[in-house]
Amino acid sequence: MFILPLDTIHEGSMKFLYIQLILMQVNSDKILKRVLFAASLVILLIAAAMVFSLFKGSLPSISRFGWGFLFSPEWDPTQGREHYGALLFIVGTLLTSVVALIIALPLAFFTSLFVAEYFRGTKIATIVSTLVDLLAGIPSIIYGLWGFYMLRPFIVTLGLSPQGFGVLTSALVLAIMVVPYATSLSNNTIMMVPNELKEAAYSLGATRLEVIRNVILPSARSGMTASYILAFGRAIGETLAVTMLIGNENIIPKGLCSTGNTMASVIANQFGEASGLQLSSLIEIGLLLFVMTTLINAAGKYIIKKIA
Amino acid sequence: MDQTTTLNKKYISTLSDKDDIGNLLIRSRKLKDRLFKIAAMFFSFITIAMVFLIIGSLLAKGLKQINWAFFTQVAPDTFSAMMAKSSGQVIPGGIVNGILGSIYLVALASAMAVPFGILIGVYIYENSKKRYAAIIRDIADILQGVPSIVIGIIAYIWIVVPLTKGYSVFAGSVALAIMMLPLIVRSTEESLKMVPETLKEAAIALGTPYYKVILRVLIPSSFSGLMGGILLAISRVLGETAPLMLTTLGNPQVNWHIEKPVSAVPLLIWQFYNDPNMVDLIWSSAVFLMGFVLILNLASRWICAKKKI
Amino acid sequence: MTEMNDKKDDSILSIEHLSIRYSDDKLAVKDVSAKVKKKTITAIMGPSGCGKTTLLRAINRMHELYPDIHTEGKIMLGDENIYDMSTINLRRRIGMVFQRPNPFPTMSIYDNVIAGYKLNGIHLKRSERDEIVERSLKNVALWDEVKDSLHSRGNFLSGGQQQRLCVARTLAFKPKIILLDEPTSALDPISTAKIEDLLVELKQEYTIILVTHNMSQAARISDNAMFMYLGELVEYDSTKDMFTNPRDPRTEAYLTGKFG
Repeated sequence: MFILPLDTIHEGSMKFLYIQLILMQVNSDKILKRVLFAASLVILLIAAAMVFSLFKGSLPSISRFGWGFLFSPEWDPTQGREHYGALLFIVGTLLTSVVALIIALPLAFFTSLFVAEYFRGTKIATIVSTLVDLLAGIPSIIYGLWGFYMLRPFIVTLGLSPQGFGVLTSALVLAIMVVPYATSLSNNTIMMVPNELKEAAYSLGATRLEVIRNVILPSARSGMTASYILAFGRAIGETLAVTMLIGNENIIPKGLCSTGNTMASVIANQFGEASGLQLSSLIEIGLLLFVMTTLINAAGKYIIKKIA
Repeated sequence: MDQTTTLNKKYISTLSDKDDIGNLLIRSRKLKDRLFKIAAMFFSFITIAMVFLIIGSLLAKGLKQINWAFFTQVAPDTFSAMMAKSSGQVIPGGIVNGILGSIYLVALASAMAVPFGILIGVYIYENSKKRYAAIIRDIADILQGVPSIVIGIIAYIWIVVPLTKGYSVFAGSVALAIMMLPLIVRSTEESLKMVPETLKEAAIALGTPYYKVILRVLIPSSFSGLMGGILLAISRVLGETAPLMLTTLGNPQVNWHIEKPVSAVPLLIWQFYNDPNMVDLIWSSAVFLMGFVLILNLASRWICAKKKI
Repeated sequence: MTEMNDKKDDSILSIEHLSIRYSDDKLAVKDVSAKVKKKTITAIMGPSGCGKTTLLRAINRMHELYPDIHTEGKIMLGDENIYDMSTINLRRRIGMVFQRPNPFPTMSIYDNVIAGYKLNGIHLKRSERDEIVERSLKNVALWDEVKDSLHSRGNFLSGGQQQRLCVARTLAFKPKIILLDEPTSALDPISTAKIEDLLVELKQEYTIILVTHNMSQAARISDNAMFMYLGELVEYDSTKDMFTNPRDPRTEAYLTGKFG
């Protein structure tokens, strides 16, 4: 840019230019603010339309079965005596997820302590936490394959079930899948416990275990709880790995080694060929899944917000 | 009231040696301490062993099938796979229809999700004190937690039924875009937060208009964070199978029509998995998919780690 | 160089040729020998990075919390070398108060006072516990302020009150020696004065070793003073002598504000 001597420009035109420049800026600012706001509406619309579409798609099923849908264990697509109930899928989903969480808990809990306390700040802790995070990156279908070809034969060898399918097999794979979700937030909350507090406990003669039990865990408890809740939410919505391992039998599981079916799996298995009332019932299961995961995640987020 | 001068001698007592903590108690406490540490190392070891077990067994089984044809030919039909298998040969063909399909789907999904994701992220960052922005952020968090199969149902209802009247690239990419959107929104907001406030203030103090502050200062200085977030979102949806089963179905050929079905690597794996003749292809495709996803994942991490200003 | 060590008298703690090295081969404490007298206040002074905090922490082996630390020499508590004792009983005899008040935020005031017993798995009868809590809080002149809210968390306490609570927590465990690492550096002048008064009272029964940045604090309350520089114990003398007649030019330079 070069500068003209002032007197070569007419004063009036100078002022005019300046005003125009300001106007341009004001306009651009306004436009950008509006664009940003409009974009924010998009996500709002998506969420609202999602709830609306799921609900609308479920209407035939809702008006036919009402609340009974939640409590009926029957899933019968036979023409003429069609009847759909979600109970066995709800039980299957909750059972696999709870068992998965129980298996994942010691893994996640101790791995968090390893990374955030025992070996905090060392190279080995970085390596371990990176490897654990990699678990979150592996696609669901690969977990399914691994479970099907590696874990399932092992379950058969142990004699736990003849085919190796079932709740336990799915839960074992789910557990590995949710460990990274359960650890990452736990690591952060453990690391946030102030060093001064730990030193105070050490100075009173506490061993490391006693410091962990009396100082670290009380401070980090709510954050760790939140991370396990979020991991549970993950497990509930997991589809493919479970579909490949649960056995897809429409029964309420009788035990850990029993086969069963989950909400996500029945959708994956039947959605393609379904129509009419069956399709609507599958969409209602999707709606239930949406509501369940949203409530669970909201609970986890609420706890996190309370700490922060 | 100055109490410190009224210190009463009878309140004071020091330790006598009989107050020592007994050796037995000390030994049991130290033992518990040691056992707990061993437990921590043991369970961490199991977790890490799982990573190696999964990745290792995949590599061991899948590498041998990966060859040039794997990347240049479409998936074989059952018959030719069966013939090759019975004569002990490598299965002919590859997964090029899946690779191109995955790229197509993810590119289209990114084209939809990235601009909106960044705009919404900037909006939340700029209005972080407003209640409405907090609600938008919560909605992004909720969307992030919605199971992918439910997103598949949504894209089916929105696109497959009314718009493309059948399984299509478009439906699949909409499903992936809905999954990417909240990830990008949150990573954008987080990386904008890392930009030092002073940098922004300096720009404003120079009389820079608001929109230029955002476009010229905020976005460039958080660029690597944004890129990292986008790569991470891509790596998350690249392996998604469930929503694609309800939206794009699969296609034995390479397809470029947006309203037609397309294949994707995870869909091919699902197809191979359901066909006993294709076992060898399952593993090679799985290795390919996992390698691709994990490399993207590590790359996004690396980029994010480098962004420290 | 260290005048105090020659006086044979009732010392409680004897540091003998103590050297402490960090992982990067940096000597934090160089061959320090000193005897600490019973029921006195001993101040450790010196510019930052001189090793005074490391020396203090070495006295109840808190320095071992850092990885890769190498310690040579002995510290005798009575006729026992503390490096042969269990840290549990050592830290019971030698308590510590830190730079920033650090009461346990998840415990009530009451539980904070008896935290030592709780942490060490020592079971006390209710009456014993009550007595210890009351006595310890009275000793730090906090009893009247908190006696009605013993079972609530102490986050409403001021910084000075929190620090006194931390002293009470240390006293409750009946130590012989109390180590304080710049205990007033995070406090306002009024709270500082209260803590200083408290320390002077406490020396009737306890031996107090205090790291301080604040020369006037050392002059006000300590009986003896150590001056450390670059890990070396340059001078150790009665406070009065050191302040009126420093032997070493480095001590003089420090006391007159040439560095630090």
